[in-house]
Amino acid sequence: MRIFRIIPVLAMFILATTVNAEAQCKAFAKKICLPELGSYTHDGNYHAAILVEGEEAELYKTFYSDMDYRVAICGEDKLPNVEFRILDANKNVLYSNKDSNYAKTWDFKLQSSQQLKLVIKVNSFNKPGETPVSGCVSIMFGFKVKK
Amino acid sequence: MNKKFGIGTGILLGVLLLTSMLTCCKSGGSKAPAEGDAVEVPTVNPAVYDDMKKAEKIFNALPSPLESAMLVKSTGAKFDLSLLNPIGNKNNYVTNKSMALNLGIYTCDLSFASLYEQTQLIIDYMNSAKKMADGLGILKAIDQATIDRLEENINNSEVIMEIVSETFMNSNSYLEDNGQSAIAAIVLVGGWFEGLYISTQLVDEKDFNGNKLVGRIIDQKLSIDILLNLLNSNKGNPAVDEIIVQVTEA
Repeated sequence: MRIFRIIPVLAMFILATTVNAEAQCKAFAKKICLPELGSYTHDGNYHAAILVEGEEAELYKTFYSDMDYRVAICGEDKLPNVEFRILDANKNVLYSNKDSNYAKTWDFKLQSSQQLKLVIKVNSFNKPGETPVSGCVSIMFGFKVKK
Repeated sequence: MNKKFGIGTGILLGVLLLTSMLTCCKSGGSKAPAEGDAVEVPTVNPAVYDDMKKAEKIFNALPSPLESAMLVKSTGAKFDLSLLNPIGNKNNYVTNKSMALNLGIYTCDLSFASLYEQTQLIIDYMNSAKKMADGLGILKAIDQATIDRLEENINNSEVIMEIVSETFMNSNSYLEDNGQSAIAAIVLVGGWFEGLYISTQLVDEKDFNGNKLVGRIIDQKLSIDILLNLLNSNKGNPAVDEIIVQVTEA
């Protein structure tokens, strides 16, 4: 019954690989994405996931009036461009980084507090027959501290 | 929160009442956005977010404890030590649920202490948050080096904010990475409720109309569906299930 020995080993390998990938994602978020916030104070929340090319993620967050925000969305170098759009409750696109050469950050200030939706999409290399690339994508928010 | 934590059903009810009374005065309308510009957009209509399930990963981002504290401070509200959860209470929290809620609560109190430059309280509340994190088995989120760095920079508000933000990120990333997203969610919920509790207690009832702090409390209505989605995405965890019942029965 060799299979019964292989399954636990395989399961442990998969678990260890996943945990390792998540830990790498945290390191990526801290070392690469956090500095993108520049002079903005990071809110401390952690949003990161391993995405495969072509996959999408969504984030829902309330942003408050009269606060200066910066959103930073970063993908590992091995990934194709990461596209992000920011939509209001009526699905109006307030910003798309596609129009800014896939910029990693956007600075904004709202006149009234709103819940917004961020749609993050890892583009595809479009190479049929090849294994899709996966990597970490991190989303961070910063704000200006008011004295 | 100046008592052993039980979800502030009264607070939630208060917010809902306040919002239902006062949101009639908010304005809407939108204009074309531009980078760096102020953007005016209509108020929330969660019904339009009906295509949520298409995404591989969905994040429900409640305001962090640091952001909650910042929102209160930005209204010009004064610091009131009596509203924070006393550090002496930290030994009362022995279950994972209470430690997770109070990690969020103490981090929110720590954020208040930091923003209002209450130097001794910063150390005390960081130690209280550390006790909660240690109890939850969050390794190295807040270690002795963090406390030492905090003490060395106690008069440098920028570094202090950086440390508070970093320790919170260490805690929630550790929980997320180790399959404890339910605990991570409870931490966030604790922090959010603490910010809301302090806000409601700071409101001067004689100065209600046009009060910026009242406006910020009303704004929390926008995060209620995020709160519920965050909790529902961790349904099945007994502590989360209890909180869902407490919140939805409010």
